[in-house]
Amino acid sequence: MFTNAGTSSFTAFLSKVAPEMLPGRRPLPPGMAADMAPHATTIVAIAASGGVVMAGDRRATMGNLIAQRDIEKVHPADAYSLVGIAGTAGIGIELMRLFQVELEHYEKIEGAMLSLDGKANRLASMIRGNLGAAMQGLAVIPLFAGFDLAAADPARAGRIFSFDVTGGPYEETGYDAIGSGSLFAKSALKKRFRAGLSIDDATRLAVEALYDAADDDTATGGPDLTRRIYPVVMTATAEGTHRLTDAETAAIAEGVVSRRMENPGG
Amino acid sequence: MAMQFYASPEQIMRDRSELARKGIARGRSAVVLSYEGGVLFVAENLSSTLHKVSEIYDRIGFAAVGRYNEFENLRRAGVRMADLNGLSYDRRDVTGLGLANAFAQTLGAIFTEQSKPFEVEICVAEVGATPDDDSLYRLTYDGSVNDEPGRMAMGGQAEAITGVLKNEHRPEMSLSEAVRAAMKALSSVGGEGGAARTIAANQLEVAVLDRRRVGRTFRRITGAALTALLDGEAGADAAPAPGRAKTPTVPTEEAKKPTTSAGSADLEGQPQEERPGE
Repeated sequence: MFTNAGTSSFTAFLSKVAPEMLPGRRPLPPGMAADMAPHATTIVAIAASGGVVMAGDRRATMGNLIAQRDIEKVHPADAYSLVGIAGTAGIGIELMRLFQVELEHYEKIEGAMLSLDGKANRLASMIRGNLGAAMQGLAVIPLFAGFDLAAADPARAGRIFSFDVTGGPYEETGYDAIGSGSLFAKSALKKRFRAGLSIDDATRLAVEALYDAADDDTATGGPDLTRRIYPVVMTATAEGTHRLTDAETAAIAEGVVSRRMENPGG
Repeated sequence: MAMQFYASPEQIMRDRSELARKGIARGRSAVVLSYEGGVLFVAENLSSTLHKVSEIYDRIGFAAVGRYNEFENLRRAGVRMADLNGLSYDRRDVTGLGLANAFAQTLGAIFTEQSKPFEVEICVAEVGATPDDDSLYRLTYDGSVNDEPGRMAMGGQAEAITGVLKNEHRPEMSLSEAVRAAMKALSSVGGEGGAARTIAANQLEVAVLDRRRVGRTFRRITGAALTALLDGEAGADAAPAPGRAKTPTVPTEEAKKPTTSAGSADLEGQPQEERPGE
């Protein structure tokens, strides 16, 4: 089963040899299932000069309860791209792992990486495969961003793609947010975002936008100063993907909180 | 009615072995050795895109000699199997031994069941925490597996190359020393009348599994970084270490011939002689 000529796509391979491992291929009993599993919430992405920044809060909710305080929803998809997941946590994590393997698999089989648009299209078709479950309330929406190695101008190489439950992708200009707090995060970014931000400024802006989301959305967690749990912040630049250390995000988040002490509206 | 000639099973196996050995012996060679910082693969390859050495998984690499289409088929199967197991269980649960066993099963089945065996010899290498923990598995056309002691050579005149390698190799050698030892071993055969020859840097395919990296440890060494290692320049060892797992290499200088397949290139322009003693 491994030696057939086949495709370079890992999901296409799985659909032949182990279709039960694909999230969209499982038969679901009828009825709504929206409240049975934890939900992951807000992710923001900002295009900066020479790359892109993605940040996510750490809360997962189940109805009116907090299911987890330190969930990690922003991950590297491969060496130059990032993926964040909002929606049903279990399916989201499974899809994200599958997407990571998909990209790595193609790279190993073909000896070259997929283009950034190719990666976004692959992710779109994987989300589309989950449509049946999404209609029963188990929706997963990713946010995808990466450094485009083929971009003519390296300063504009950071690109962001959003998706809906039926797939996508839709390329976004400048910034985007997904999840329950995305409305507030996007409103904050609309006023503060400027084209050509430095990576450091974009990082601060992302944490600030998550603070605004947490301010108005109960499902989004703000910086947890007592437990020292801060947002996950990652960047993708020409040097590859990088996750800011806990000490770095702590410093940024504490800076945001101390400014809000003087002016709660930012 | 045509008479079916009887051929004994022994005779059939002998013929198949001979076919496979001849095919492998015509090809250019490859060596694999462990050094202080990881496992080094060096293959003589005129093509910069049709690889004889490649990545299978985080800490596992693959090197092959013989027919390109045949070992490429095995490599893809290995990548699929590793990715499937890594996704089903955990990335740590994908091991070199598991892959070597799977390759051995496939090669063994092809050798006994198909009319033509695969004319390939492959190496599955897994990098460990120290050179003693590295494992190199040699798999031959009939599915036999050997656990090699930190170094191995495959392809045409492998015994002679192994002899040189054995004298040169030490597990604690640096990357630059290891590359030069591999180069010396590969170039010790194939010249006029069996004498040594010189191999240009752009005819070598070089890659390492870097012991100190986390995650995907495989990286190719090409262009200026390779030339610096071959010249033994100070600091060359450390040069390519930072940076990311950047598998797509920019093709450097092309070898001056219109090669289309690493396998077919190997079979052309080489003396079609048998190895002595086989």
